[in-house]
Amino acid sequence: MSAILVIAEHRRGVLRPVTLELVTAALAVREELRARVEIAIIGGGADALTPALSLEGVDELLLVPTPIDAFQPECHAAAGEALIAARRPRLVLIPHSVDGISYAPAIAATGGHGYASDVSALRCEGADIVATRSAYREKARVELDFPGRQTVVITVRPGSFLPATRAGGGMPVTTLAVPGVPLNSEHCGFIEPEPEADVDVSAAEFLVAVGRGIGEQAMTGEVAQLAGRMGATLACSRPIVDAGWLPKSRQIGQSGRTATNCRLYLALGISGAVQHLAGMKHVETVIAVNRDPDAAIFSVARFGLVADVAELVAELRALFP
Amino acid sequence: MRILVGVKQVLNLDEEFEMRGDGLDVDQDYCDRALNEWDDYALEEALRIRERGGGDIEVVAATVGGEEATAELRKCLAKGADRGVRVWDDCLRDCDGMMVAHVLAAIVRREDPALVLTGVQGADHGQAQTGVAVAALLGWPWAAVVRALEFSADAGEAIARRELEGGLEECIRIRCPAVLTIQVGINTPRYASLRGVTQAAGRPVDTPAFERLGIDAAAIASARASRVRRMYVPQKPRPRMIEGSVREQAAELAALIRDIRGDRR
Ligand SMILES: Cc1cc2nc3c(=O)[nH]c(=O)nc-3n(C[C@H](O)[C@H](O)[C@H](O)COP(=O)(O)OP(=O)(O)OC[C@H]3O[C@@H](n4cnc5c(N)ncnc54)[C@H](O)[C@@H]3O)c2cc1C
Repeated sequence: MSAILVIAEHRRGVLRPVTLELVTAALAVREELRARVEIAIIGGGADALTPALSLEGVDELLLVPTPIDAFQPECHAAAGEALIAARRPRLVLIPHSVDGISYAPAIAATGGHGYASDVSALRCEGADIVATRSAYREKARVELDFPGRQTVVITVRPGSFLPATRAGGGMPVTTLAVPGVPLNSEHCGFIEPEPEADVDVSAAEFLVAVGRGIGEQAMTGEVAQLAGRMGATLACSRPIVDAGWLPKSRQIGQSGRTATNCRLYLALGISGAVQHLAGMKHVETVIAVNRDPDAAIFSVARFGLVADVAELVAELRALFP
Repeated sequence: MRILVGVKQVLNLDEEFEMRGDGLDVDQDYCDRALNEWDDYALEEALRIRERGGGDIEVVAATVGGEEATAELRKCLAKGADRGVRVWDDCLRDCDGMMVAHVLAAIVRREDPALVLTGVQGADHGQAQTGVAVAALLGWPWAAVVRALEFSADAGEAIARRELEGGLEECIRIRCPAVLTIQVGINTPRYASLRGVTQAAGRPVDTPAFERLGIDAAAIASARASRVRRMYVPQKPRPRMIEGSVREQAAELAALIRDIRGDRR
C-alpha cells in the first residue's frame, strides 16, 4: 500500500491551521491512490501537537525530532527527504506558506520528484495525479500531471480545502530518527509586528481598501477623507505600504492583517492576488472597483464596477459631502 | 566579488487573450512582457550592496529565456548591472520551473558568485520555487522571503529578516555563498536614468550555449517535474455589475453602501 504524507506546519509550538486543510486534501484522494495517510511533524515539541492531529482517516503520526526547535529550511528539507526514503509516499502535501515554499522546492529538486506549487485542487485519473493551479495572475488555470514520477510533492494553497475536524484516535505514533545535516543558517529570534499605532483594521466593520490602481499618493488622502465621511476605515494592499504611502498596520492580507470583523469591503484598484484575498475573501459583501473587467478580485466580489478609481472617487466625494 | 541576480521576463495577458491552438498555454501574441516585480527588488538589493561595498563588486543579471527576454536584461543593465547572461535552448520551450532551476544552477556554477538573489516568486504564475530549488541543486545554503538584508562579504555571512505570516518576521544568520529570495518592499527600486540606458547599450550580454555551461538538453529535459495537461479560463463567479456612466455608477454605489450600512445601524 502506498502512502500520502502530510507535513504538518507549526510555529512556536502552535499548529498552523492550514495543516488540517492538507489532511482534507489527502483524505479526498486516498481511496483512488489506495494510500495510507501519514502526518509527519518535524521538529521539537512534536508530541504536544499529536492530539490535534489525531483525526479520523489518519493512519499514522510520524514524529521527526530535529536538533533545533525553530524552522530551519535545510533541516526540514533533509527530514522530508528522509521521510520520503523511508515511506516511499506517492504524494507529499506541504502548505504553500512562507515556510512551506522555503523547503518544498528543495525536496523536489534534490530527489527529482514531481512538483507543483500553490495547488488548489487535486484528483486522480487512473494512476495519474492531476493538480490544478492558477496561471497568469489568476486569469487562467492549468492542470498538471507528473509522468514518470513515483513521488509527487505538492504545496497546497491555503483556504482551498476545508479543515479536517473529525477527531479520530488509536493510530500509531512513530518516532523516526533522521540523519543530521550541517545547518548553514540559524534562527536568531522573532520580530513581532508593530502594535496598532493608529487603527485596528481587523476590528473595523466597514473597510475601504486602496490598491496600486489608485495611481498616486495624493489619492490616499482623498480616499481617506471619503472613507471618513462614509463611516469606513481605510485599509490597503501591500504595494501601498511598500511605497510608504500608508503604514503597515493598514495592510490587509497574508503578511498583513485579516479583515476579521469586516462585513463590507470596498476594494479600489486592487487586482485580487491570492495573498491579498487571504485577508478578506471571507467578507460577506465585497464591492470591487477595477478598470480591468477580468481582475481576479471580481471573483470574490458580490458587486463589481468596471471604472477608473480616480474618476469614481471624485464622483463619490460629491455624494458623501 | 560577484553577485548574481536571477531575473525573469513575465507575461501579462491582454484583456482579450486567446489560448494557443494546442490548449496548453495562451497565445503569446496576446501578452505584453515585463521584468518580474520581485526580481526588480532583488536587483536593487544587489546594486545597493555594490554601492555600499565599494568598487570591486560585480552585479550580473542572468535569465533563462528566449531572445525577447534580452529586453529585461537591458533594463537591468540600464539600472546598473554590470553584465547580463541569457541562456536558451530549444528544449526549454514549454519548460517547467524545475528545468529553469537546473539551467540557472549551471549558470551559477560557471559564474561562481558570492551571493545569488532572486525574487520570491514570479508575478505571473506565483510558483515561488526557483531560488530554493537552485540552492538545493547547488548544495548551497538558502533563505526564502527576505525583506531586510545585511551582507558581509568579509565575514562570509549575511544577517537577514524573513517575512512570515501576519506581519511576524524572523531574524536569521546565514553562511554565504547562499541563495536568498527577495521580497517586495525590501527597498525602493530605482528607475533607469537616461544615462544608464545609454551606458547599458555598451554592456555585454553573454549568451552561452548549453555545452559551455556543462549541461545538455537531455539532462535538462529529464529534470521536468510537471507537465501541463491543459490550460483554460475558469468559470469564475461573477458579481452583480454596476454599469453606466461613472456618475451613474457612483450614485448606485453610494445608495448601495447606504443601504447596506443602514441595515446595520
Ligand atoms: C509572501 C508574500 C506575501 C504577500 N502578502 C501580501 C499581503 O499581505 N497583502 C497584499 O495585498 N499583498 C501581498 N502580497 C503581494 C501580492 O502578491 C500582490 O503583489 C499585491 O496584493 C498586489 O497589490 P495590488 O492589487 O494593489 O496591485 P496590482 O496587482 O498591481 O493591481 C492593481 C490593480 O489596479 C487596477 N487598476 C490600475 N489602474 C486603475 C485605475 N485607474 N482604475 C481602476 N483600477 C485600476 C489594475 O487593473 C489592477 O487590477 C504578498 C506576496 C508574497 C509573495
